[in-house]
Formats: sequence, structure tokens, C-alpha cells
Amino acid sequence: MTAQIAAILTIDGVATGAIYVLIALGFVLIFSVTRIIFVPFGDIAAFTALTLAALETGQVPGTVGLTVALAILASAMEVVSLLRSGQRDRIPRRLLFYLVLPLVPAALVWASGSIILPMPLRIVLSLALILPIAPLLDRIVYRPIADASVLLLLTVSVALHFALVGLGLLFFGPEGVRTKSLTDYTMILGGIPISGQTLLIVIAAIVFAALLFVFFGFTLSGKALHATAVNRTGARLMGVRPEKSGTIAFLLGSLLAGVSGVLIAPVNTIFYDSGFLIGLKAFVGAIMGGMVSFPLTAIGALCVGILESFAAFYSSAFKEVIVFAILIPVLVARSYTAVHSEEETEE
Amino acid sequence: MNSRMSRVVGALAILLLAAAPLYLAPFTLTLLNFIGVYALVALGLVLLTGIAGIISFGQAAFMGIGAYATAWLTTRMGLSPWLGLPFALVVTGLGAMVLGAATLQLRGHFLALSTIAWGLAIYFTFGNVEGLGNFNGIRDIPPLSIGGWQLLGSDQIYYVIWIFLLGAMLLSRNLLDSRTGRAMRVLKGGNLLTESLGINAFAVRLATFVIAALFTAVAGWLYAHMNRFISPTPFDATMGIEFLMMAMVGGSGYLLGAVVGAAFITLLKNSVQDYLPLIAPNAAGQLEIVVFSALFILFLQYAREGIVPYVAGWLPEGKPKRPAESEPLPPRDKPATGEPLLSVDKATRRFGGLVAVNEVSFDLRAGEILGLIGPNGAGKSTMFNLLTGAMPVSGGRITFAGRDVTRQPQRAIARAGVARTFQHVKLRPRMTLLDNVLLGAYTRTKSGFVTGALRLDREEERRARSEAMRQLERVGLGDRPYELAGNLPLGTQRVLEIARALAADPVLLVLDEPAAGLRSREKQALGELLHNLRKEGLTILIVEHDMEFVMNLVDRIVVMEFGSKLCEGEPAAIRADERVQEAYLGGSA
Repeated sequence: MTAQIAAILTIDGVATGAIYVLIALGFVLIFSVTRIIFVPFGDIAAFTALTLAALETGQVPGTVGLTVALAILASAMEVVSLLRSGQRDRIPRRLLFYLVLPLVPAALVWASGSIILPMPLRIVLSLALILPIAPLLDRIVYRPIADASVLLLLTVSVALHFALVGLGLLFFGPEGVRTKSLTDYTMILGGIPISGQTLLIVIAAIVFAALLFVFFGFTLSGKALHATAVNRTGARLMGVRPEKSGTIAFLLGSLLAGVSGVLIAPVNTIFYDSGFLIGLKAFVGAIMGGMVSFPLTAIGALCVGILESFAAFYSSAFKEVIVFAILIPVLVARSYTAVHSEEETEE
Repeated sequence: MNSRMSRVVGALAILLLAAAPLYLAPFTLTLLNFIGVYALVALGLVLLTGIAGIISFGQAAFMGIGAYATAWLTTRMGLSPWLGLPFALVVTGLGAMVLGAATLQLRGHFLALSTIAWGLAIYFTFGNVEGLGNFNGIRDIPPLSIGGWQLLGSDQIYYVIWIFLLGAMLLSRNLLDSRTGRAMRVLKGGNLLTESLGINAFAVRLATFVIAALFTAVAGWLYAHMNRFISPTPFDATMGIEFLMMAMVGGSGYLLGAVVGAAFITLLKNSVQDYLPLIAPNAAGQLEIVVFSALFILFLQYAREGIVPYVAGWLPEGKPKRPAESEPLPPRDKPATGEPLLSVDKATRRFGGLVAVNEVSFDLRAGEILGLIGPNGAGKSTMFNLLTGAMPVSGGRITFAGRDVTRQPQRAIARAGVARTFQHVKLRPRMTLLDNVLLGAYTRTKSGFVTGALRLDREEERRARSEAMRQLERVGLGDRPYELAGNLPLGTQRVLEIARALAADPVLLVLDEPAAGLRSREKQALGELLHNLRKEGLTILIVEHDMEFVMNLVDRIVVMEFGSKLCEGEPAAIRADERVQEAYLGGSA
């Protein structure tokens, strides 16, 4: 291997890794607030890419159907639980939140018909379409078991991922998509071309990582979100509403996943089920950060990207094997450094 | 259900199974074959998840290893499928040992996540190895044959599958009813109690993990020779979660749950495949996984326990017989009264900059009762953890019965004859009083996994049970050995903890704030029990916050304050000591 090949592989790896950084940050964000390991996170990214592709060709994206179905289900659950607890007067407000708001972007897309919108609008619209999905899933799937153990929540997440893959096939179809390039700009650095797309990905990763770091470290709402993660009851006593914190975390996380979906769509062909592998690789990065530290997570996810890029060069068939196998030594190393709360699985 | 009735039901069920090929259509038999194979995997998961509390999403990969091992040996090497079985077992067992050794140190969700990772890594390996046929798999795997007669039909391999399944269930049942089975069940609640009983938690976890993998390897072997074609697809992550689903839906705490769950999911899947096309003709395939996942999520939200315990709740409860009297387990060697037993020499423990225990020294003689008291935050509990090995000392020396036990792990100290109770009661609420007390006798008994599974441990088990019964009677709980520990009030739970400690025939009994949180009536009963133990000459170290409670009980008292030893002496002298009064009341009283 020459230095040039190594440099190209590294740049390639950094670009892939930066995508993982965005998703991994979302994982950590959601986990640290809700204790949910949101396995379907990669699916959210893949769905964004599929949505964007559909808008490019003037079709109504499957996201519309998906969001409508989820919004109706969530609203129904919300109304039933409010009726049961005798809080009839709160129904209109909740319906606004769970039914009307999620359907606004869907309605816009539907109204625009087959008009092909300009690129920035398409991106904004795809993000707006994708944002309600995770919070709605939170309401439907996780809210009834918010106090369950991390392990149970994880099992539910894995099941949810499979449900979403099935729904993805149903709403988006089996075809793979690739969207138009966001920029044609190319930079030459030391004889190695770096595409504008790569630069965009890396910049987005840096900006979002920095924003999250600032949000959690230095703002009151960030700290409130973190407090929910540490102790739900304690946070509730301090006036933090865990449900609201959860929704905010899911919205922020979806935004990250959505952005990564928009960025990856022009580079890779995305299928309805591509999200799982993207998500799991990001996850390997998140685990390197112990699921708590944002900077470590970013570094971990970058490492995964670079490792994958080099692994693909040496043995493209085994790159997945290598990436997942690396998780085991990482986990073992972490288990010696992380502080465990004893008896977390007490019956 | 009493034992005779359950035996009749069991015999009927086996008869029905044995005659199944006579009255069932071939297609139904094929379904039964799949149920049998999947139930073997689910059975491993019951032991792993329901009993030992380790969630694995990767069992499908182990099944794949077993199937690929035998497929490779029979098609590429041309050997007999019967040789494929030991080969599949060895390969899968070794794989599980390596993966387990690497990952079973992990806790909770990290462990579960690692199973997804290695599960995927193994799946992708199958798909990318030339010699294993890449993603196309291996075809023309020979069927099983007995003396030249090939088991080709679904009604023939049926017997092989179900004999293996019933055999595995029998071994598992024996195992759970043995010494190691109880050790497996303790794992679920965390390491502190497990290690304090002298159980090597990691070793038991690893063994359980390997046993589950071996059951799964048998399933893989059966699958390969039943299907006669394998590809990576049935061993992917989807199948991994489906197996978990079977175990959990059936009832992951119950052996029968594996079969019920496998049957339920397989039949449900089959009928979903039949009916979905009627509802959604164009999207049936996609909807199948959605319906399944949604059902599983609903199940996890509302009925986590599973089918078997739900049904069992409706059946009349059986009354198991009291364990018969039997000769006692061999007693431990105990030092003569008055000999030095425990010596703590300048024990120190730092947490970062904080010195929780600062050069504390004291001695304890055999037959003596020593109280370790002090106000909140004096470092009593830390001292206690240092003594029992739950926490390593930062400096100093601890000698027990002439042996240096400084920095020895908790289980080694437990094996040397130190039995403890916990300030926050640690019992296994889902186990009976008898089983909880039997846990205490772990260090006095020997039988391992194999003797337990093959029921070669009955003599020892009889003696252990009789011993546990004696201890229950000794503390006054002898009238209901089969009650679940979780049903007892707190005061009685503490007494049960003492019975568990006594079952270890301890050289030294260490009690951590036994009176904490008790009502005055309960406290009185506990006091009486401890007085009786004292009369029997037991050596006791009692850490207590409640001065009154210890005063009448102990021979000598060590008082700690701010991590250091304040003074030491007889109760009357301590009561009169001004420094002690100051420590407790902030001034002389």
C-alpha cells in the first residue's frame, strides 16, 4: 500500500465515519435521556434518503403513509389513555401535537403533487417528514414501558427495527435509490481529490457534535434532559417532565439521523433495509464512547469508518465481519473501565 | 398439580407425541419437526435468559455453526452424519467458550449488544467463505441413517428430533434441581450475593452459555440433516430475535416454555402466512414481519411472563413433600474457643482522596461475639466489605483462621467459612425458602454440572436438603419451606438470610446491620434468635448502628468514627465512654 492509497482510504473512511458520527451521536443522545437503545435509528436515516429520492422524482414518498399511520395510532392511544384518566379537556391539545403537527409536512407534500421542488426545499421537506416518526414511535412503543429495564427496552428496540424494515418495504418498495449530488465542488489537497460531498459530511458532523456538546454541557434544558436519564423520579421531582425530555431527545436525534440520510444518499445506494447495518456500525462507535460521552463517541464512530474503509481494501468480503468483530475487544476493554452499578438486574 | 397427576399428564403427552405419525398429516409432522428443532434452541435460551439472566440475540449464529459444521463434514469430507453431531458440538462449544470468555464479563445491555455484534459477524462469515458455499450455501447434505435405512421422510426424522428434545429437557430439569442449577438461578440478581455464597459467578455464566450453545448446536445438526440444504439466511439476526421471542412468549423461566413458545410462534407464523394474503394480497410477505414484531412488542409491553406461568396459575398447586431427614453434611473444622480467628491489621480503604477506613485494627477470637458500631458514615459498612472481600483493601492485612486473606476474592473468603448477611436484604424472591437456604450450603457440597444433570448427586442433595431444613427450623421458619422468599415480610427475610448463612456451617458469621428497618417486635425476635446462636457458641461479628440492640448481645465492642477506630472494650465500658457519647450525641449525655 502506498501513502497515496492510504490517504485516499483514510479520506474515504473519514467521510463514512462522519456519517456514523451523526447517527452515533443520536444514539447517545436518545440513550442518555431515555435509556432506550434506539436500534431503528439507522432505519430513520435510510428512510430520509428514500424520502429525498422520491421527492426528486416527483413521487409521493412512502414516509407520508407511514407518518399518517403512526400519527393515527399514537393519537388513538393518547385519546384512550386521557379518557381513562378522566382528562377529557386535554384531548384537543394532545391531538394537535400527535395528529395535526406530524401531518403538516405530509399534507404539504401531498398538496405539492408532482411539482418538483428546488433542492434546498426538498431537503427541508424530507427532514420535516422524517422528524415526527421517532417521537411517534416513542409514544406508541416505549411510553407504556418507560420504567422497564434497559435490557427490556433493548429487546423491544430490536423487535421495532424488524417492524420498521417490513414497513419500509411496504411503503418504499424494494428499489434502491441514489439522489443527486449536493455539490460538484472538488478540492485537491496534496494531490488527493476531496469531493465537496465529503467536506459537507465532515462539516455537518463537526457542527452537530459541537452543538450537542454545548447543549448538554452548558444549557439548562440540556442538563434537564440529562437529569432525566440519570434518575427519572428525581428529575420529575425537580420539575422536569420525562415524557417531554424524551420527545425532545427523539426529535433532536431524528434530525441527526435525517441529516446523515440526506448526506449519504448521493454517495451510497440506499435500500429500505440499509439502515440496519449503517445504524449498527454507528452503534459500534457509540459503544466506544460508552454510550455517554459525545466526544468519545465521535472519535469512536470515525475509527469505525476508517477501519471499514481499510478492511474493504484488504478484503471486501469480510469488511462487515471485521467491523462487528472489533466490537468485542472494544466492549471488553470498556467493561474494565466503565463503572457498573451493582445489582442493576435485581429481580 | 401434585406429582402423580403431573406424571400421568406427562406420560399421556409422550404417548400422544410417540403416536403422532399415525394420526397427523405429513405437513403437520413437518411443522412438529421444526417446532422440535426450534424448541431446542429456545430451551438453551430459557437456561440462558430466563434462568441466568443473560439475553442473547445471537443463538441463530450458534445454530448456524452447528449446521455448517456437520454439513461441511458430511459433504466435503464424506463422513457419516452421526459423526457430524460430535463435530458440531465440539466446534460450537469451542466457539461459545471463546466468545463467552471474551464477553461474559460485560453487564446488562452491553452483553446483549455484543451478542448482536458477534451474531452478525458469524452470519457474514458464513456468507463469505468459499468453502461454505458463500451466500448460496451447501446443498445435498446426506440424511441421517440407521443401519443403511435413511431417515428421509418427515415422520422418520421426527422421532430423532423429539428424542433429542425430550432428552435435553430431562437433563435441564435435573440440572435446575441441583446445586449448580441453583447457582445458575442466583446469577440473575447480580454478582454480590452470588460471590458471597462462594460461587464463581463468571464460571457459572460461562458454563450456562456453553450449555445453551450446545443445545443449539444439536438443533443446527438436526436442521442440516432434516432440510438437507443450508444457507446463511436462516441463521441471521431476524432468526436470532425470533428464538428469543419463542423463549419469552412461552415463559422464559420455564423449561416447558421453550416448547410452548416454539410451537406457538411456529404455528402463528404458519397461520399468518396463510391468512395475510387474504387480507393484503400484494404485501403479505412484508406484513408478516411487521405483524410479528408488533405482536412481540405488545407481548413485551403487557404480558412479559409468558404463556406457561399464566396457564400454571390456573392449575391447582401441588404440595411437595418435606425433605426427609438425612445424615448431616460433614461439618467444617472449627478452631477451639478462645483461639484467634480473625485479625485485622491497619486495614485502610481509600476512595480517591477520601479515606473511608483509616488503619483500623482489631482481633476476634473463636466463640466471641464482637460488635462493630459507630454513627452514620463512620466506615462500618466499608470495613465490613473489606472483611468479606467484597472490596479490596488499599493497605493493611487481614488474617482469617491463620490464613492471609488480604485481597482474596469474596468467594475464596466465603469458602474459608465466612458467611454473611446483607444490610439491604439479598434473597432470590422467586426461589423458595428451602432453595434460598440451600444456596448457603453451596460451599459444603461438591456436585458439578454433569453429576447434577445425570442425577448422580442425589445422596449429597438429600443431605443438603435435610441440612437446609434443619436451619429453617433452627430460625423458626420450618413450617413453610416451599413458600417463595419474596412473600415474606422484611423481618422474616432477614431471619431467612441468617438461616442461609447458617447452612454454610460458618466458622464466622458476619451480620451487616441486621436490625435496620425492623419494627420493634421483629427486632425483639431477631434478638432472641441471636441470643440462641450465641449460646450455641457461634462466632459472630455484628455491624450495627443501633446501640441498644448490640449492648446486651455482644462480648466486646469496637467503635468507629470518621473511618478510624475510636475505642474498643466491653459494652458497659463503651456505654460509659465519653468519646462514644460525643460521637453519637455530639456531646456528653
